[in-house]
Order: sequence, then structure tokens, then C-alpha cells
Amino acid sequence: MPGRLESPEITLEGVTVGYGERVVLSGVTTKLPGGGISVILGGSGCGKSTLLRNIIGLVPIMSGSIALGGRDMAAMDAAERLAMRRRMGVLFQDGALLGSLRLGENIALPLREHTDLSDSLIEEVVRLKLRLVGLADFMDYFPSELSGGMRKRAGLARAMAMDPAVLLCDEPTSGLDPVTAAEMDQLVLELKATFDMTIVVVTHDLESLYAIADHVVVLREGRMLFEGSLSALAGCDDPFIRQFLGRRPARESRVLPETWEALVARRRELVAAGRAQGGSRC
Amino acid sequence: MAAGGNEAGMLVWLVMRLWGCIRDTFLPWRRTKAYQRSRVWSHMAWIGADSLPIISVISACVGIILALQSATQLEKVGALSYVANLVGFSIVTELGPLLVCLILAGRAGAAFTAEIATMRISEEIDALEVMGIDPIRFMVWPKFAAMCVMAPLLALWGDAVGITAGGVFSTLALGLSGKAYFLQTAHFLTMRDLLSGLVKSAGFGITITIVSCWQGLLAREGAADVGRRTTRAVVQSIFLMILLDLFFTALNYIFR
Repeated sequence: MPGRLESPEITLEGVTVGYGERVVLSGVTTKLPGGGISVILGGSGCGKSTLLRNIIGLVPIMSGSIALGGRDMAAMDAAERLAMRRRMGVLFQDGALLGSLRLGENIALPLREHTDLSDSLIEEVVRLKLRLVGLADFMDYFPSELSGGMRKRAGLARAMAMDPAVLLCDEPTSGLDPVTAAEMDQLVLELKATFDMTIVVVTHDLESLYAIADHVVVLREGRMLFEGSLSALAGCDDPFIRQFLGRRPARESRVLPETWEALVARRRELVAAGRAQGGSRC
Repeated sequence: MAAGGNEAGMLVWLVMRLWGCIRDTFLPWRRTKAYQRSRVWSHMAWIGADSLPIISVISACVGIILALQSATQLEKVGALSYVANLVGFSIVTELGPLLVCLILAGRAGAAFTAEIATMRISEEIDALEVMGIDPIRFMVWPKFAAMCVMAPLLALWGDAVGITAGGVFSTLALGLSGKAYFLQTAHFLTMRDLLSGLVKSAGFGITITIVSCWQGLLAREGAADVGRRTTRAVVQSIFLMILLDLFFTALNYIFR
């Protein structure tokens, strides 16, 4: 197994991404510090998962550059890119465990592919990784037999299988109850403390943000709105960020064309009309 | 996946990558990992052993149907003993490979598409790429290798069952001598007939795997797309198999 190298910083320079005509990210420039937890924050559809996929190399960028530890990823040849990917662990939103393999086999997969370790040693490593995420007793389970939270933890164990220098997590707490989400945050913090790795977390979960972030990047509609520490974010007076952090809904609905009162009144009229016709309930 | 956005581009890309897998298998310095070999074996078991019951039943039914149909006509011209020739030739050169591969298209091909499409949608293929594992080598190659081996073997099995069922039926219902039936079949069929059937079934197997995996890789839009792609894979596989059958048969006729 290759030894884990230093925790590299990730530098994004004018990153612009699009699908066909549609631009999803525009000119994102930031530096995600090595050895810390960077949280990419933003509403749904703002491009934060796309940015993560750009860093992983799954989605190509239209312009700009992404560098890992000072090495421009676009300048890497296939072998270098493969080596770089082996230094990255990725936790996908739903774990992305292979449904046809048992949990132990899922975690052993990168080890079997990239190392010449014996089966017994691989099993030992797998047990260790599963113990790390509290799933030591579930080695022979299929992913479909696990809860959402367990699948995410198993995904984390697989992401950690090759002792990566960079861990990228896509919405690690989405869909989890508050207790399980807090456990997940704790796990991320423990991983950082134990392995001193660069961790990038994409989320819109404020609890997670306050619990784990060393560095925050806020995206809105494909543009970077803020970059800095958690305390700087708290002092930021951008109206969107204030609203996002305060989670206060706007008094006037911007989604519905009518006010709630008008809608309720209209429903009452329909109910009354239905009753007048001796019809069914509304 | 880095492949181009259009469907034809994806097909070309898939075939090129598969060709790379075939080439690597025969290069002595490119060692295949043990877990990859075991994936080929497990696919062979699933495609082969698990398909035996349905293939046996259908091949037996077809053998009996052919014996019955040919007996009706041959009896009129007093050539009932030629039932063996007709059943044997039809099954070995045409119906055996085609029926077996039709079953494989419905059973294995549909499963290939559904599996790969689901993996695509649930980000499992992305996860493989991120882990530095070639998704084609991991997902498609074991299916392709297993199908290349198992389709001809299953066709051979289907031939044997069909001919045996036709022979047993002819003995019991038509009053033909069992020994004479099987001797006549063995005497009439040539190695060329057998090989032509086996080559056809290998071609059909390759077609099924490529079309099914290609359709699976094209899936994009959730569960509904999995169903759409699976249907498309089965229909396209069957259509292409019939075209390929026509091509092989014409070739066999020209170089007879």
C-alpha cells in the first residue's frame, strides 16, 4: 500500500464549468487549505456538488485550473492522474457502495486492485476500517441490508481504504436524523484529528458547518460569494448569507404566485361550491 | 465516464475498451487480478448453470415440435426416416444457437443492462473511477468473457437436448428405431454444421453483451430510464441477432 503523503492544499483558479450551453460554475477561485476541513456551502443547485466532481476529476472544467498540492490536474498524464486518484478518498451522497458486493468486499476492492496484499492482510485492513466507522459487525452484509446512515459510514470506510491524503465528502449528513448526522460530523472530525488529512465537505447542513468547518466557501448560483473562516462568515453582512445562516423564510412567498391567505380563501370557496353541489369532500 | 455524449460515440468507446481488455488478457506481462478472474467465473456460473433448466425445457420442446412438423410432411412422401436429418440439421445449424441466445438476451442481457444502468444512476460507476478501477474491466469484461465461453457451450447443450428429445419422441410416437435415428443424425451432420452453429452462438453472445452493456452505460434519468434501456437492449439484441444469423447463413451457403 502506498504510504500517505502530506496533506495537500487544493487550489482552484477561475474554474468555470458548464453542461452544453448552461454554465453551472463561473470563475471560482479559492484555496482549500491542506490539513483542514473546508466546507463548501450553498443552496440546492448552486453547483457545489459539481465543484466537488471537478476536484475529483469526474466532470471536466471549461476553463481555469485545479491544482492538488501545487500540481495542475489538467497537466497530469493518465498514470499521474491514477496516482492522484489513489491519494483521494470520496464519500458519495448515498455511499455509492456496489450493491452486488458485501460490505467487506466493497472496502477490499481498492486494496485488491491497487495492492498485492494477501487476502488475510486485506481482511485485517477491512476489519480495521470498518471498526473505524463502527460497522465491524456488518462485514458480510449487503449494502441494501443497511440503513442510510450505515451506508454513508460504510462509504466513508471505503473512502479511507487506501489511507488517502485528501477526503472529499458529498453531503455526508443529508437524509440523516440529527443524532446520526452529529455522529457523522464527529467521525469526520476524528478522521481529521487522527490522520491529519485535507477534508472537503459539500453540504447545506448548518449544524455540520458549525461542527466541523475550519474554512468555508459559500456558493450562490454558480458564483463564489464568500471564502474565509467560520468567524469571518458569522460577521459577513451579505443578505443571502445572513438569510442562509439565519434560516429565516421570507415573509412574502417568492415561490407561489399568490399569498397563502389567498390560496386558503380559494380552497374554502371550492369546498363550499362542492358542498353546494352535494358533491364529495375536497 | 470520459466517453463522448452521443450514443454511437459511447458504442465505439465501449468496443475499443473491450478490445483493450481482450488484448491485455493475452499479454503475459499484464497479470489479471485474482478477484477479476473470480468475477468471470461467477458470471459463467450465473449465465451457464443457472440458464440450463430453461434452455433444456425449450430445446426439448423445439426438438419435439420439429419432429412432429417434419413427420407430418415426410409421411406423405414416405420418407419418415428423414425426420432425424431434418431435426438434427435444423437444430444444430439454426434453431439451437438462435433459441439459446434469445433466452440469453432476455435473461442475461436484460440483467446486464439493468445492473449497469442502476450502477450508473446510483454513482457506483463514478465510485469505481474514483477508486482508480476501470469500470469496463470491472463490469463489462467479466460479462463479455463469460458470454463468449458460455453461449457456444449452452448452444451445444441445447443441440444435444433438442436432438435427444426429437429422437425419443420419434421412437415413442412415430415408431422409428431409436438406434437408427441417432445413427442417422450422427451420419448426416458434419463438423462444419456443428461449427457453424457454435460460431453463430459466439457471435450472438458477443452481440448481446455489447448491446446490453452499451444501453446500460447510456442510462441517465433515474429508474424509468433503467426500464427503457433494458427494453431497448433486448429488442436491439434480438434484431441484431436475426441480422447476424442471416449474414452467417448466407456466408455458409455461399462457401458451402
